[in-house]
Amino acid sequence: MAKKINEEVVSHDDHEHHVENFWTKYVFSMDHKMIGKQFLITGMLMGLLGVFMSMLFRLQLAWPNEKFVILESILGKWAPEGQMDPNIYLALVTIHGTIMVFFVLTAGLSGTFSNLLIPLQIGARDMASGFLNMLSYWFFAASSVVMVVSLFVETGPASGGWTVYPPLSALPQAMPGSGAGMTLWLVSMTLFIAGSLLGSLNYIVTIINLRTKGMSMDRLPLTIWAFFVTAILGVLSFPVLLSAALLLMFDRLLGTSFYLSDIMVAGELLHNEGGSPVLYEHLFWFLGHPEVYIILLPALGITSEVIATNSRKPIFGYRAMIGSILAIAFLSFIVWGHHMFITGMNPFLGSVFTFTTLLIAIPSAVKAFNYITTLWKGNIQFTPAMLFSIGLVSTFVAGGLTGIILGDSALDINVHDTYFVVAHFHIVMGLSAIFGMFAGVYHWFPKMYRRMMNKTMGYCHFWLTFISAYGVFFPMHFTGLAGLPRRYYSNAEFPMFDELQDINVIITMFAIFGGIAQLIFLFNFFYSMWRGPVAPKNPWRSNTLEWTTEVEHIHGNWKGEIPTVHRWPYDYSKPGHDDDFVPQSIPRLKNEPGH
Amino acid sequence: MTGLLIAIVLFLLVLAIAQIIRIYELATKASKRDEYVVTNKDNNYQGRLMLLFGFGLLASFIWMVNTWSPLFLPKPSSLHGVEIDMLWDVSMGLIVVTFFIVQPILFFFAYKYRGKEGQKATYYEHNNKLEFIWTIVPAIVLAVLIVYGMTTWSNVWNPDNDEEPIVIELYAQQFKWIARYSGDDNTLGNANVRLIQGVNTVGVDTMDVASQDDIVVSELHLPVGKPIKFLFRSQDVIHSAYMPHFRAQMNCVPGAQTSFQFTPTITTEEIRTDPDVIQKVERINKIRLEAGKEFYEYDYLLLCNKVCGYAHYNMQMPLIVETQAEYAQWLSQQKTVKESI
Repeated sequence: MAKKINEEVVSHDDHEHHVENFWTKYVFSMDHKMIGKQFLITGMLMGLLGVFMSMLFRLQLAWPNEKFVILESILGKWAPEGQMDPNIYLALVTIHGTIMVFFVLTAGLSGTFSNLLIPLQIGARDMASGFLNMLSYWFFAASSVVMVVSLFVETGPASGGWTVYPPLSALPQAMPGSGAGMTLWLVSMTLFIAGSLLGSLNYIVTIINLRTKGMSMDRLPLTIWAFFVTAILGVLSFPVLLSAALLLMFDRLLGTSFYLSDIMVAGELLHNEGGSPVLYEHLFWFLGHPEVYIILLPALGITSEVIATNSRKPIFGYRAMIGSILAIAFLSFIVWGHHMFITGMNPFLGSVFTFTTLLIAIPSAVKAFNYITTLWKGNIQFTPAMLFSIGLVSTFVAGGLTGIILGDSALDINVHDTYFVVAHFHIVMGLSAIFGMFAGVYHWFPKMYRRMMNKTMGYCHFWLTFISAYGVFFPMHFTGLAGLPRRYYSNAEFPMFDELQDINVIITMFAIFGGIAQLIFLFNFFYSMWRGPVAPKNPWRSNTLEWTTEVEHIHGNWKGEIPTVHRWPYDYSKPGHDDDFVPQSIPRLKNEPGH
Repeated sequence: MTGLLIAIVLFLLVLAIAQIIRIYELATKASKRDEYVVTNKDNNYQGRLMLLFGFGLLASFIWMVNTWSPLFLPKPSSLHGVEIDMLWDVSMGLIVVTFFIVQPILFFFAYKYRGKEGQKATYYEHNNKLEFIWTIVPAIVLAVLIVYGMTTWSNVWNPDNDEEPIVIELYAQQFKWIARYSGDDNTLGNANVRLIQGVNTVGVDTMDVASQDDIVVSELHLPVGKPIKFLFRSQDVIHSAYMPHFRAQMNCVPGAQTSFQFTPTITTEEIRTDPDVIQKVERINKIRLEAGKEFYEYDYLLLCNKVCGYAHYNMQMPLIVETQAEYAQWLSQQKTVKESI
């Protein structure tokens, strides 16, 4: 089957010459490489917006009573005389979360690298369906546009936190952000989910069917394994969020009572009866927890590839790495209740979810140890991508460890929804994933734009980002342990928190510092795109198939035949070979051991 | 005029940067090397930075713990809180130890095995024994934590009380708390938002016999040493009753009733004389004095910990733990539902 499809693409390419105009080449492209780049650029734009928002609300948290003229020029009526309004504070927090989780770390990360790398690394001419792939990007683009539009409605964007729990999100009377802004949020997410499903289905079909000759499942690069399992997670969990969003839409617009019961809000008694917001929480977190791994696994996959290549060593425990990806993915479906220990759920369920949640630490530990062992006795080449990958291992360990606390129901009681949680998930999920994304961009930039990024700027970018990342999130553990709840517009109302103000100022300084450091990356990115040195075919001396393609992008990826795969992708520094890398397309020597 | 000046400055800045880049480009071209290739010098430099960062990370961790641990919540003021804090100490101890083992190894390896030209890495693809060890060791440690955690959780929910707990309802609405004491019969009368009218702010069913002696108040007084069973309701959106000093938290869900039980062990008066708390209050009052704010006396807190609208950050209710005699006296001064309606 795979062979047949590939042949068709070849013949299609040989006999027909597309005349590509601007629209078919850059806008409505069906080429996976271009679509990957579209995802990346859109994700980066959304990322800029999300990071910028976080700087605004950090300003408020550090200096709650200070007036900043700049705020009025940015937020207009939401910051009269430069004093931020509590409603817009909540809106900024909400949209920051939504954008970073979905638009940057789901679409921006997985969308970019799944599209770019799946066909190139498995040896296929393109995705199984170029058209679906294009649709998946355009659904995502449309949902981004709707999300950005929602920032400009009269009553403000959605403000109930990125989890948008009803009834707060269902009742426009409860807060201004639950008006038109919330409707647009739901529309945007619906489009987003549609796009994500189209993409995921395509990835799964492509990986199963279009692998080149010799590319068995146990010769796939770990990036592909990660994208594959991520896509399966997405297909199984996103529809549940879609149903949650649709029911919420019904409650908001059609007067149903799925999540609403016995409510009097703003002096008005509502007719709703019999619904339960806890139902929404279950539906939401049934996606919400796998979503964490939808974000994290691609980053871990990228790291596996980058660490092996730049340590000039095989990834340690290839099969254990695949096994732990599968174990994490399976467990991620049965742990959602750890977000709900104190929602009034039956305490017995709390015990069950504690059990399943703490189990996840085992495959995670295996991954961390395997990364570290890969470095052992390596010949480490510190490219910027490698630095970010090592940074990822560090944040993955630092943030993962506090998960052992939060997954324990008895301990969660007192730190639930405090800054301790904010610290935990930003480090383990936010930082790790964004580091993985940076590693991917630095590593595959030559594949995307045919030029090299500047190394020195990459080094500066990494160190400034790494230091400020820890500087922002590590101190948050301490404010959390002092009992400070998250999503507080100001902690000045409770004198007990007065002594936390210094920490808040430090965090904000690091946040602004780290935000500005990203300008180095942006400059490097766009500068290198046009003026960077032209890339050689295989700049990192890597084994995987994407480096056997031409530097120039061509439709169908390979001139002539697709290379046949003879070995796994991690034959670095293998005894018996002169070079310290042996590409997958090199035939095996006589009696050569290994797979 | 200022605008023009700024524009000119910006323009010159861009021009300067462009020139610097041009010089840099020419310089790299002249040296005829590929800028992106990682050299021995780079590897040495970055490897050392890695090591330095590893030290810095651990040092700043120790610094933070030293400087900021006095900010933590004081010792627990409830029976089950002591148990939770013990579990906390064990778990935290374990993860800090792991952190201090794994992070240094990571950064040390990055430094130690930094690349050298002409050097070849060791081909080492797997070792079943090693992998078995680091699967089984975390598994054993986690098994212990799981059992310990589940036991603690179960004890929190099923405390062995000698006496019947006092039933108190905490009623949440945007943006305040109301408490309803169950009175002499220790049973709360029925209530529903549909019955809210005039002074009946929490919708008590006045026809219900059990509700006659209920007492609705806007201050939360708890007797020390008595088990208290809280029942939570919400009028509008989800709130969360968070009482950090008692290691207690539970969501208030509209349309449902949730509950949480604990026994306060330290009165407000007593906690104010705790040495840690005295120091804390001194520090805070120093800050407040500088800011010209009024003097602060230490109090237990009831916070809302589920985002509930624009004044979420300021949803307060006084929470006082007192002796049983004081409590009885305070309660007897409050009006019952029958008296007030």
